[in-house]
Amino acid sequence: MARMKFLCDADRCIECNACVTACKNEHEVPWGINRRRVVTINDGKPGERSVTMACMHCTDAPCAAVCPVNCFYTTADAVVLHSKDLCIGCGYCFYACPFGAPQYPKVGNFGSRGKMDKCTYCSGGPEPDGSLAEFEKYGTNRLAEGKLPLCAEMCSTKSLLAGDGEIIAQIYKERVVKRGYGSGAWGWKTAYRETIAS
Amino acid sequence: MIKGTAEMPKLSARLRFIVGAMALALIVAVAAPVTAQQRNPDSSVNPTASSVREDQLLNDLDRISGRCTIPDQKACTIEQPAGRDWRHFHEVTLRWIGAISILGMLALLVIFYLVRGMVRLESGRSGRVLVRFSVFERLVHWMTAACFILLAISGLNITFGRPLLLPLIGPDAFTAWSQWAKYAHNYLSFPFTLGVFTIFLMWIAWNIPNRVDVEWMKRGGGIVGHDHPPADRFNAGQKMIYWIVVLGGTAVAVSGYILMFPFYGTNIAGMQVAQVVHGVAALLFVAVMLAHIYIGTIGMEGAFEGMWDGTVDVNWAKEHHRVWLEKEIVEGHVAAPPPKGKMQPAE
Repeated sequence: MARMKFLCDADRCIECNACVTACKNEHEVPWGINRRRVVTINDGKPGERSVTMACMHCTDAPCAAVCPVNCFYTTADAVVLHSKDLCIGCGYCFYACPFGAPQYPKVGNFGSRGKMDKCTYCSGGPEPDGSLAEFEKYGTNRLAEGKLPLCAEMCSTKSLLAGDGEIIAQIYKERVVKRGYGSGAWGWKTAYRETIAS
Repeated sequence: MIKGTAEMPKLSARLRFIVGAMALALIVAVAAPVTAQQRNPDSSVNPTASSVREDQLLNDLDRISGRCTIPDQKACTIEQPAGRDWRHFHEVTLRWIGAISILGMLALLVIFYLVRGMVRLESGRSGRVLVRFSVFERLVHWMTAACFILLAISGLNITFGRPLLLPLIGPDAFTAWSQWAKYAHNYLSFPFTLGVFTIFLMWIAWNIPNRVDVEWMKRGGGIVGHDHPPADRFNAGQKMIYWIVVLGGTAVAVSGYILMFPFYGTNIAGMQVAQVVHGVAALLFVAVMLAHIYIGTIGMEGAFEGMWDGTVDVNWAKEHHRVWLEKEIVEGHVAAPPPKGKMQPAE
């Protein structure tokens, strides 16, 4: 089985936010929740870079470790998913997550954050693949249809790569060699405890 | 007019100076990026020479933030590896603190009970009682106590439920229980906080440490042996419980409300700190309260009725709170001893 990862080539990201829009539309994500977002660092200054970030589907995921009700599970493709039926909305995953991925529909309303929502790597949840129940809670399940996450698939500059970790790392390495520079795979050290030499 | 014409050359000179300065600034600004651009060995431009780097940003700030165009500005922070440290605290450190303090306290109490046993009323019951706690005092105590027990159980469930209870009852039942426990934890915090605050006001007059407490502490409170050092309404041990409740209650209330209102004056890092304070303070609080429950029930004869019925036996007061009893007698709150051989109900 593949070990699915995301890789953002910050030297290619043009901050078009198409990944953000694609994600929201594909999964009909509720207003106020962004499973993916683009952040520009040193905006307007020399050397500014934009990075798109969502759940990185960490190795030994902190969210899964701290969840008091154990609602997270890791699929055979190493995608970190959770069950909204088991989630109690306590907020612990959101304290532990290094990437700010977990979000709640009712943040700020004490006692009832609602069920946590995050990027599913376009692979739904514990319900049967492609079922209405799955779509309503988690969005579409593209992985079950043999497709990769939509955010990466429609990235116009192919800055955002999704797929097996070794393959996308290889693509990135080849780019770095060819063009002669690369600012590294953002978040990989934190999420996967590895870096891609650049 | 004359004055005006005289100033005209001055003004134009100043204008010329400003325009000149701006032109110079423009030249410098345009030139700066050219000089900043470093070149590769083959003299091609390296566009990443001045680019931001993840490692450097994390070393400088422990987190990476920028500008984002979505309404949720909290999402502009993309990476904060501190969550890993907090995870270790929650998974390992907090569980050890909890296990050692609570199981350690339970073990101590069991050993103490086996060795010392119940602290008996050495002079027996006199049959005469005096009021120790008013209805209002008991109401506040039991409201706070009931909230505390439910808060403690629902709080311990968050830290210890997954390894201990989840395997026994299964994920669906555990989620249903934990969901209700979480609601109870959030809502009961309000009467609990009110109770702690009322306790603070209601008993502070009797809980200022004084010389009597030094003597009481020196004699170990008479807990071991048959010594009965004098004490006022509250002895030094009870005063310690009082201050632990007031200060510990404040700590758990403040840190708890920070967690209940995310992003009100905090960020993720602030909430991690609040959770650490909340968890540690609450677990130590539970351990101390176990000792309080012990001494108020099976640990000492004649103590529980003071908080339950509101009255204690005069002999109990004589042995444990002599100074207080003397004051109560002076103030006429204790009925005179009954004639010999005839028992009378207490007033």
